[in-house]
Amino acid sequence: MKKQVYIYKAFERFWHWTQAILILFLAATGFEIHGSIKFFGYQNAVEYHNIAAYSFIVLIIFAIFWHFTTGEWKQYLPTLKNIKAQIDFYLAGIFRNAPHPTKRTVLSKLNPLQRLVYLGLKILVIPVMVISGLLYMFYRYPQKDGGIEVLNINSIEPIALLHTLGAFLLIAFLITHLYLITTGTTITSNLKAMITGFEETEVEGKVQVQEQEKKQGQEEKILADDLLS
Amino acid sequence: MKKIFIALALIGIIILSAVTFLTTGSYEPTRLMKLKEEYPQKYSPSADHKKFAVLQKKFSRPQEVTEACLSCHTETHKEVMQSNHWNWEREEYINGRGIVSIGKKNVVNNFCIGIEGNEQSCAKCHIGYGMTNQGFSYTDSKNIDCLVCHDNSETYVKGNELAGLPEPSLDLNLISQSVGKPLRSNCGVCHFFGGGGNNIKHGDLEKSMFEPSRDVDVHMAVEGANLQCIDCHTTEKHNISGKMYSLSSMNRNRSSCEQCHTENPHEAGILNEHTVKVACQTCHIPTYAKVNATKTSWDWSTAGKLRNGEPYEEDDADGNHIYLSIKGSFEWGKNLKPDYVWFNGTADHYLLGEVFDDTTRALKINTLNGSYNDLDSKIIPVKIHRAVQPFDPILKVLIQPKLFADKKGEGAFWQDFDWRRSSEIGMKEINVPFSGEVGFIRTEMYWPINHMVSTKELTVQCNECHTREKSRLANLTDFYMPARDYSSIIEITGVSIILLTVFGIFIHGSIRIFSSRKMKKERSK
Repeated sequence: MKKQVYIYKAFERFWHWTQAILILFLAATGFEIHGSIKFFGYQNAVEYHNIAAYSFIVLIIFAIFWHFTTGEWKQYLPTLKNIKAQIDFYLAGIFRNAPHPTKRTVLSKLNPLQRLVYLGLKILVIPVMVISGLLYMFYRYPQKDGGIEVLNINSIEPIALLHTLGAFLLIAFLITHLYLITTGTTITSNLKAMITGFEETEVEGKVQVQEQEKKQGQEEKILADDLLS
Repeated sequence: MKKIFIALALIGIIILSAVTFLTTGSYEPTRLMKLKEEYPQKYSPSADHKKFAVLQKKFSRPQEVTEACLSCHTETHKEVMQSNHWNWEREEYINGRGIVSIGKKNVVNNFCIGIEGNEQSCAKCHIGYGMTNQGFSYTDSKNIDCLVCHDNSETYVKGNELAGLPEPSLDLNLISQSVGKPLRSNCGVCHFFGGGGNNIKHGDLEKSMFEPSRDVDVHMAVEGANLQCIDCHTTEKHNISGKMYSLSSMNRNRSSCEQCHTENPHEAGILNEHTVKVACQTCHIPTYAKVNATKTSWDWSTAGKLRNGEPYEEDDADGNHIYLSIKGSFEWGKNLKPDYVWFNGTADHYLLGEVFDDTTRALKINTLNGSYNDLDSKIIPVKIHRAVQPFDPILKVLIQPKLFADKKGEGAFWQDFDWRRSSEIGMKEINVPFSGEVGFIRTEMYWPINHMVSTKELTVQCNECHTREKSRLANLTDFYMPARDYSSIIEITGVSIILLTVFGIFIHGSIRIFSSRKMKKERSK
């Protein structure tokens, strides 16, 4: 029996695609600022990069608000359950056309590996990029009138290098991400889900699915409580 | 439909807030606006010197003109006699040396080396009369040459080797009746010809600046603002602002772009941010020596060769001397890209008689102080003039030889071509011990480039510095500059991670395709 499940809500999709465009644009302008490519012209690259950076920060603020008000933040709580099964799936099961070990549901739309990677992005890579980016933007030496005195560090080098390393990691993530979206039920089912919000899933029976969702939800709650306490 | 509308509205809010945040730069064009209103107003002098009786009587000596000037301008000589143009030295504080009295008298250069012993000739560019090798009376106000700066008839000219006196044939009455504020021609006769010919020293000050086009200098362009030197080099009581760090050492009384253009002259905030560390000249003077070549190197060690016992000269296709028996070999450059250095407004100098230890390195005749870490330093464009010049290899001091004399036999190098003898006489003149040996050492001088400002279309572009290859600032390695600099460890790590990712995906994807085909085949069996 096939069933259309509404996985990604409107804001989530909007957030995802705006973020995707911004990250691509930031990468293009950023690597021009870095001297790796020439496309927009240097001054334009810097100015566009700054505008995109502020847009990204505004988007992040909206997204954080959304995550907390909807409780969606719990989706990113790391779990060890099924993590081995998920690794086994990517390393072996996928070649035998084996079913995904983690069922995607509204309550749990991320598999344990996704949880880990996205959490890493959210609490490590993106904050590092935002903070190093803001420091990069406001770095002056010396900090003259109106400058930020506490930021009177005399080298932009560590900031720039950290920001560059983060950019390389994000590119690597992006490539992996683009590949892994082809590993859904069909090649395009994940992509479709992020566009329309609906994913077509094979279900054995309604009751079973509900039970599974309930069970998973409880486990998450326990895990969340553990983490919060 | 409603959802799309909400999404678009959100995107709009995000971009709007980003743009408004970024466009709150500080841009101050007002000072320049005021000047633009001020400048078209014609200056009309309050007195016509043609009508002054004292300037009607026939002058037989230039000193009589000075007396006539001082009969009305009764106190002006006091101002003039305080000036650097008169004294050729002043007290300066130099870090590490304390307060020293320095000037043309005791500072060396790597062109004609020094003036002491050669005053008869060098005084052509002194604002006095009667400076000879025997000395000069700095206290006699009659010796002030008012006309060299204030002649507006453009006919006044000082004679060669006349100790600062004008050509005897001049009509001093006509000249004295046409005095006024100094024009480009008054300053240029000396400042464009330093070193004994056009554009030899500065590179950005030369005869094309008498009547420059917009391409040469956007400020002084005759068809533009037509600024005179003293419009920027503002003057009060004969104290003219502006420094040349071939002689000056302190950060004071300077003339700057900011006095009209402010520190935030651009509309784009990102350009204004550069002014913290980059001087205006760095971007706005992309090339110097735009019309005529400037001397870039001078090798004294080849001087003294004679043909049939006579000195000779060799010129290049443009007529620049490339060899003179009296001076040695030269190299020239036209349309040059400046070199760039950090500069905080203070300089150090090699002073006469100073002993140096390292004779293998090029000796810096003047040192422009500064570095990235120095709070007051900015990047400025410079011309570096390189030379090979005589020194005493035993006592390790630079030699100031006696060069000029009006006849043979006095030991002057330009007459007798004897390094040893001219050095001995020259060093005696300045009271510095001399071992009797003459060697040659490489030296460097740093000449800040401040003129020949280009139109904004020709401004140095971002990627002439912000680039990995051939950055204009390639030699300034004490700071990290985006696009020029990178860490090879991070580049290699980053690129490796990406390549490994792509490789992994390729392998994984290939196995997926291969296994799914295999399974399809098995199923169809």
